[in-house]
Amino acid sequence: MADTDMSVATDTQVSPLVCRAATAVVYAFLLAVFLLGVGEFSPWVILGIAAVHAYAFIAYKYWSGLERTGTGDLVVAAVSAVFVIAALINWGSFSAYAWETFFGMAVVQGGILCVVQYWKTLRQAPPSAWFGLIVVMVYALLAILAPIVAPFGETSIVGSQYELWGAACTKVELCPPEAGAKQMILGTDHLGRDMLSRLIYGARNTIGLAFLTTILAFSLGGVMGLLAASLGGWVDNLTSRVVDILMAIPSLVFSLLILTVVGTSYVSIVLVIAVLDSTRVYRLARAVAMNIVVMDYVEVAKLRGEGLWYIIRHELLPNAMPPLVAEFGLRFCFVFLFISALSFLGLGLQPPTADWGSMVKENATLITFEDVTPLVPAGAIALLTVGVNFVVDWFLHKTSGLKS
Amino acid sequence: MSDTTEKAPPQKGDVLLEMRGLRIEGRADEVWFEIVHGVDVTLKRGEVLGLIGESGAGKSTIGIAAMGFARDGCRISDGEILFEGQDLRKTPESELRKLRGNRISYVAQSAAASFNPAHKLIDQYCEAPTQHNVLSRSDAERDAVSLFRRLQLPDPENIVFRYPHQVSGGQLQRAMTAMAMSCRPDLIIFDEPTTALDVTTQIEVLAAIKDAVKQFNTAAIYITHDLAVVAQMADRIMVLRYGDLVEEGVTGPMVAEPQEDYTRDLLAVRTFSVEERARPESKPIVEVRNVTAQYRGAPTPVLHNVDFKIHKKRTVAVVGESGSGKSTTARVITGLLPPLEGEVLYDGQALPKDFRQRNKDQLRKLQMIYQMADVAVNPKQRIRDIIGRPLSFYLGLSGKKKEERIRELLSLIELEPDMFIDRLPSELSGGQKQRICIARALAAEPEMIICDEVTSALDQLVAEGILKLLTRLQDELDLAYMFITHDLATVRAISDEVVVMLQGRVVEQGPRTEMFTPPHHEYTDLLLSSVPEMDPNWLDGLLDRREQLAKEGRMVSGAGN
Repeated sequence: MADTDMSVATDTQVSPLVCRAATAVVYAFLLAVFLLGVGEFSPWVILGIAAVHAYAFIAYKYWSGLERTGTGDLVVAAVSAVFVIAALINWGSFSAYAWETFFGMAVVQGGILCVVQYWKTLRQAPPSAWFGLIVVMVYALLAILAPIVAPFGETSIVGSQYELWGAACTKVELCPPEAGAKQMILGTDHLGRDMLSRLIYGARNTIGLAFLTTILAFSLGGVMGLLAASLGGWVDNLTSRVVDILMAIPSLVFSLLILTVVGTSYVSIVLVIAVLDSTRVYRLARAVAMNIVVMDYVEVAKLRGEGLWYIIRHELLPNAMPPLVAEFGLRFCFVFLFISALSFLGLGLQPPTADWGSMVKENATLITFEDVTPLVPAGAIALLTVGVNFVVDWFLHKTSGLKS
Repeated sequence: MSDTTEKAPPQKGDVLLEMRGLRIEGRADEVWFEIVHGVDVTLKRGEVLGLIGESGAGKSTIGIAAMGFARDGCRISDGEILFEGQDLRKTPESELRKLRGNRISYVAQSAAASFNPAHKLIDQYCEAPTQHNVLSRSDAERDAVSLFRRLQLPDPENIVFRYPHQVSGGQLQRAMTAMAMSCRPDLIIFDEPTTALDVTTQIEVLAAIKDAVKQFNTAAIYITHDLAVVAQMADRIMVLRYGDLVEEGVTGPMVAEPQEDYTRDLLAVRTFSVEERARPESKPIVEVRNVTAQYRGAPTPVLHNVDFKIHKKRTVAVVGESGSGKSTTARVITGLLPPLEGEVLYDGQALPKDFRQRNKDQLRKLQMIYQMADVAVNPKQRIRDIIGRPLSFYLGLSGKKKEERIRELLSLIELEPDMFIDRLPSELSGGQKQRICIARALAAEPEMIICDEVTSALDQLVAEGILKLLTRLQDELDLAYMFITHDLATVRAISDEVVVMLQGRVVEQGPRTEMFTPPHHEYTDLLLSSVPEMDPNWLDGLLDRREQLAKEGRMVSGAGN
C-alpha cells in the first residue's frame, strides 16, 4: 500500500479494466442472488433487481471518479472478491437472504472504497481510531448479515433454560444429528433461546433503530437550528422556546410517559426519541451556525442578494458539518443507550424481538449465580459506544486541529 | 541563577543575551521544516534591539526563543541561547520557570487576549512578583500604582482595581507593559505591542515603553513590522526575512542608508503614491446625505449628519480612529444598517435603505472588500466557485463562458489561473486571499467598491501590491472607491479626497493636497502628526512639541482608545 501516494492520480492505464471487471462480477453475482436464490417471483425481487442495477451504476461511477491508483483498485477488487467467494461457498444461506447479501456487499465495497480514497488521511490515524473504525464495520456487517451469520433463529427455542456456554444443541428438529453437532457458544437465555444468535439479531434491531432515530433527529434538529440561526427574530425565538420546554422535562421520564400513553411500537419509539434528541441537535446546529452567520462571507452572500436556501446550503452547512458529524457519532451512542435503557425498563422493543437492553434485563438473575452471560450484551453495547467515540474523537481532532 | 550573585554587579554594556546559530523548526502535516535558519543575536544590557520583517520572517519565533521557549508545534533544533552565560536550552524547565516573568518577560501583541478577563489588573500584576518572591503582595500593589503612574495611565490608584474589559486597548497595552516590568526584569520581549492600536494611541504607548525601558535600564527585544516604529524605539535593528538575517546595524545609519535591497524596499513602501486627479464636473455616483444612524438597542446614534460625495473614477478615503464610525458609514451605504435620518443616493436616485429591498442591479453595482480576507471567503469553497458565483448570479454566465471569465479575472488580479482556480482559500497567502476578494467584487462588474481596511491586515510590501493593483484596476475599469482606513500613509498614497471622521461626525473633508497642507482642523492635525516617521528622533521631538502645546492649553485628544 505504501506506493499509493507515489503513483500519479490521473493514471489512465491501470484503471478501467480492473474496475470494470470487478464491478461486472459483483453485478452479476448480486443479480444471480436475486434471480436464482429467491424461488418465486415477487415485487420484492423486481425492486431488488432495480436496486442491483442502480448500485452497480453508482459504484462504478464513484469508483472511476476516485483519484485512482493501481494498488487501490486491486485492493477494492480483492476485498469484493473475498465477499463474493465467501458467499459462493455458503451459497445456500446467502441466496436465501438476497437483500442481506446485497446490503452486505454494499457495505463491504463502500467501506473499502472509502478506505482507498481517504488512505492518506487514514494512514496517519491513531490506533484508537482504527480500532473504532474496525469495530463499527464489524458491527455493521453483523447487523446486516444477521440471519446468515447467526447459528439459530432469533426466537427459536434451542435448549432448556440457562444452558452453559458451549453446550450442545439437543433439539433434533433444529439441529439434525447428520449435520454435525452444533454448539450454543454463549449458552441459552431464560427461555432456552441461543444467546449468540439473539446477540447478533439484537445488533440489527438496536443499531438499526438507533441509526434511523439519529438520522431523523438530525434532519429535524439540524434544519431547524440552521433556520433559526439564519432567520433570527421570531422564528429563532419560537423554536428556541419550544426546545427549551422540551428540554426542561427529563427526557427519560418524558419518553416513558408518552410511550405508556401511545404504546410501544417501532414508530412511536423512533418518533419520540427522535423529537427529544433533536432538541440537542437543534441547540448545537444553532450555536454553530450563529458563529458562521456573522462571518463576512455570509454578509457578502447576503449583500449579493442570495436567498435563504443558498446561504444555508452553500455558506452555512459546509462549515457547520464537522461539529455536526462529530455530534452525530455521539448522539448515535446516546440514542442507542437510550433505547437499551427503555428496553431494560420494559418500554422499548417488545419481546420476542431480540434487543441488547432487554437481554441484560431478562438474564439479570444469572449474575447472582456468578454467571457473566448478562454482561455480554452489556459489553456489546459498551464496545460499540467506545468504538464510535474513538472515531468521533479522531474526526474532531482532525477537523479542528489541522487547520487553524 | 545562583552564580549571578557571585559576579560583579552587572554593568551597562555587558552582554546579556547571546543566541548563536539559532535554528527553529515548525511542524506542518506531520513533517518538520526549518523556519529559522541559524541566526545570531547579541544583546547587551540596557540595549533595545529591533527585530523587523514581514510575517513569516521568524521574528516572533526568535523573540520567544530568547526565553528558551518555542510555541506549540515548534521546536528549537539547534544553536545556543545564552542568558548571562547560562544556556537556556540545557536548563531544566523548573529553572526556566524561575527566569520567565522574573528576569525575562514578554509583552504580547494583543493585550486584550493576554489578560485573564476574570481577574482584576492588580491581581494579575501581583502574580509574578509574589510567585517569584520578589515582593510581598502589599509591596507589589504599591509598586503597581507607581508603575502605572510612570506609564501615564490615568488615575493609577483606581485603575489597578479594574477588570481588563473596563479599560481601553491602549491602556491595557500599557498595563501589560507594567506587568512585564513588575519584577524589574533584565530583558523584556515586546511582540508587536502597538500594531493593533490607533496611531494616536500608539504614540502614548510608545512613549510609555521608551520611558520605562530607559528608566529601569532594561534590555529589550522589540518586534514589529513597522520600520518607522522600530526607528523610534531601537538602538540597533535586525532585518529578517524567511528566517534569515538580511541586515543588522545601528538604527540611525541603517534608516538613513540601508545596505540591502530588501531593507530599501521596506523603506520605499512609504513613498508609493499616485497623482491626485481633479474633481470632475459630473454628478457624484454615490452621495451620502445627512445620514444619522443608530444600532438597534443602542442609546445614542453612532453617526451624526454624515455627508459626503463620491465621484466616478475617484478614490475617497475615509479616515479616523477605531470607533469613529467609518465602517458604520459603509454599512449604511451597503444597506446593512438602515439610517435613522438622511439617505444614500446612487446616480441621483435614492437607494432603498435596507439592502433586502434593493434590486439585483443596485446590489451588483456596489461591491465591498473586507479587512479580513480570511473570513470574507468561504473556507469550504474553491476559488472557481467563489469568483464564479457572482458571474452566474448577476450575469447568468455558465459553462465555458463562465470558466473563461473566471480565468480572465484571475489574470486581472495577477494570479496564474491554472495554478489557482481549483484551490481552497486555506491554500492561499493573506495577500492572495485579498486578491480573490477583489476578483469576486470585480466579477459583479461594479461601478463602486467599498474597501474596508483592505490592507491593514497585510504586510507592508503585500499591502503595497494590493494598492497598486487597486489603482491599476481603477484606471482600467473606471471604478470609484470608498477607501476606509486608519493608516494615513495609505491615504497619502492613493486618495483623491479625504474625509476625516471623529466619534461619528465628519470633522473635515476636502481634496488630498488641501487636507495634507496646514492649516488643519486640530483633530486632523493630531492624526497627521501621530503617523510615525523614519527619523529616529521623531518621537522625542513630537512629545516635546505636544508638551509645549499642552502648557499653552491647546492639546486635543483622540477618540480615547
